[in-house]
Amino acid sequence: MLSNIGTSLVVLVLILSFLIIYTATLDLNTTSQLVKKSIYKLSLFQTTFTILIFLSLIIGFINSDFSLINVYENSHTTKPFFYKVAGTWGNHEGSLLLWINILVIFSYLFLLFNSTHDKKYRLYTLIVQNILILGFLFFLLLNSNPFNSIYPIPIEGLGLNPILQDPALAIHPPLLYVGFVGCSIYFSAAISSLLSGYGGKLFARSIKTWVKVSWCFQTLGIIVGSVWAYYELGWGGFWFWDPVENASLLPWFAITALMHSLIVLEKRNTLYSWVIILCLTTFILSVTGTFLVRSGILNSVHTFASDPSRGIYILSFLSLMIFSALIIFFIKYKKETYNFNLKSREIFILANNWFMVFFLVTVLIGMLYPIFLDVLTNVKISVGPPFFNIIIIPLVVPFMFLMAIGPKIGWIKSQNKIFYKVSFLILIAILINLFIFYFFGKYSFLTNLIFIAAIFLILHSFLDIKKIITNKNKIELPRIISHLSFGLLVLFIGINHQFSIEEDFNLKVGEIKKTNNYEINFENIKIKESKNYKAVIGNFKLTNLKNNLVQYLEPEIRIYANPETLTYEAAIKTKISSDLYLTMSNVSRSDYYNIKFQNKPFMIWIWISALMIALGGFMQLILKKNED
Amino acid sequence: MLTKKVKNRIFFLIFVLLVSIATIFFIIKSLNKNILYFSSPTEIKQREDIPFGKAMRVGGMVKKDSITINQKDIQFIVTDFKNEILISYSGTVPNLFAEEKGVVAEGKLKDKNFFIADRILAKHDENYMPPEIKEIIKKNAK
Repeated sequence: MLSNIGTSLVVLVLILSFLIIYTATLDLNTTSQLVKKSIYKLSLFQTTFTILIFLSLIIGFINSDFSLINVYENSHTTKPFFYKVAGTWGNHEGSLLLWINILVIFSYLFLLFNSTHDKKYRLYTLIVQNILILGFLFFLLLNSNPFNSIYPIPIEGLGLNPILQDPALAIHPPLLYVGFVGCSIYFSAAISSLLSGYGGKLFARSIKTWVKVSWCFQTLGIIVGSVWAYYELGWGGFWFWDPVENASLLPWFAITALMHSLIVLEKRNTLYSWVIILCLTTFILSVTGTFLVRSGILNSVHTFASDPSRGIYILSFLSLMIFSALIIFFIKYKKETYNFNLKSREIFILANNWFMVFFLVTVLIGMLYPIFLDVLTNVKISVGPPFFNIIIIPLVVPFMFLMAIGPKIGWIKSQNKIFYKVSFLILIAILINLFIFYFFGKYSFLTNLIFIAAIFLILHSFLDIKKIITNKNKIELPRIISHLSFGLLVLFIGINHQFSIEEDFNLKVGEIKKTNNYEINFENIKIKESKNYKAVIGNFKLTNLKNNLVQYLEPEIRIYANPETLTYEAAIKTKISSDLYLTMSNVSRSDYYNIKFQNKPFMIWIWISALMIALGGFMQLILKKNED
Repeated sequence: MLTKKVKNRIFFLIFVLLVSIATIFFIIKSLNKNILYFSSPTEIKQREDIPFGKAMRVGGMVKKDSITINQKDIQFIVTDFKNEILISYSGTVPNLFAEEKGVVAEGKLKDKNFFIADRILAKHDENYMPPEIKEIIKKNAK
């Protein structure tokens, strides 16, 4: 039943997309200045029906309708309601449907909110976007239909991987998808701008909001994924330079560069071609990431049972996309003359772009090199985190200096005398760094530089905030918050990395372990039955030997029945100054439990400053709205 | 004669070129330094030039009844059904670590029979097997 409804709705949306392309193409040649009413209506229908498809799949998951293979494979009747719903996008087919939903919704919203812009430009955008929608709809129908039915109908489902049953992972995919798939709209807009010749300032103005929206969501999505990795994977880290994390970082670098160079296009009407390239790259990288992850080339938690035909479809679609985008770009390319003064804001924004491109290339090389080597020579390698740290971290130092100074430089040619202020702030930053170095512990020369640069950026931002309070001009505030938070983020990560304590050992129940600062008492274990799992909970009494503060931590070993899996839940005590982190595992029912104990300073502040970076983006959206 | 402007431009181009070459050289050099090679126990036995004291990865199946645990560490034998290697590790293991399951360990070789791991790679799916191990098993099953 649901299977038929779902599939028919997909076909209906497919027809609607064809109709939209057809009517929009006809409308291109009419003399009217307005987009035809029927196109609005078709788009509205398309959006409504696409959302309906998604809702019907959600209903299938809520009712545990195992006549759908997809529900059977990824759900279970005993699963909590929340995870039944979240399970909808916790698998390949469902997430592809979510992907299409975002493509369609963005397409409609873009049409709706850009009524002041050129008609041809809007129509072309709609056409290109609908070609993308068609591509993914066909993929869904031919290869990954979530509404495929199964007969005889199974009584019980296979269940969702327990480590995915987590609030953070329920919201992580939708956030990232809005971020990644949201890029599609300015991919379409960029091609449309080339085709219709509607470039320059007005083009920048039309895509500005969309770039910011997708940037905010991408940033949030990456943070949520990282938070999940921190408390669920039991390793205590939050960034692994894992190929999949890298895949998510690539579009983020591109979009961050785009967001900045877009300002130059809007204010100075130059860098048009570069902005177009970034628009195209951002979405291409998003799809590439999806391809690498979904095809099983990169292995991770994101690889749903992999299927080579999937990879081939996405790869052909991707190549077609890149190829046609390149052809259109080179045919329509117009030479621009650049006239930049070395001491101007344009140059500083370009510098941001150089750094972003450099980071992007580094991560891309580190990610693709093992794949190439495997294909060419059959040698299996992986690139360790030190590679990324060695290349990227030193460059963050000059990057942060430019981040502080750049926004203070005027457009075209600046007359600002900033030399004294900057050297004064650097001096204070060095002093603060010396203070940390002297009282809290010694660290390497590079770490010194990073701390100084971060502190400089933070101080500089605080001065900017002070100026805003006296001037009452809020326009710069979101930018300052994001830049300030980046400085804080780097500083806290640095401190966290430098002063973390980690102890690994094995304990039997009742034993006590003494480390330098803590006494860890493994008091006992208890068993707890829960709705869809059984938990073995360890009771640990931690005594801080310095101040005799006693704390209790209770890490769990969970035994899930459907599918049968163990998970280890970390016990985390978060305080303002540091996190206590304790995980335990057990192998082959041995008497010994393996314990990992960590004390990680300022952990919570890493999350707060990362969230504040995204917050700056959201503030900018709201403030800009009020101004218009 | 070249005008001053053209000269400046040429110098600028050469400068950009040199900087890019230097960066790419630097990237590739540190890439080569930080590569982790993946080997099976058989490869470790057979290869003459296997590096000791350099980070690498070893993978295979955890041999049945080979896991022993004491206060400090966990020891287990990884096999590719032809050769085996003893691995020592301290810390918590990933949730899917078990006897007769695939495993990848990251660490350093002490000698050809002993490997000290500082990370056991987490795998996220009970049906999942690292492609490297799948290949080894396929090869040795013949």
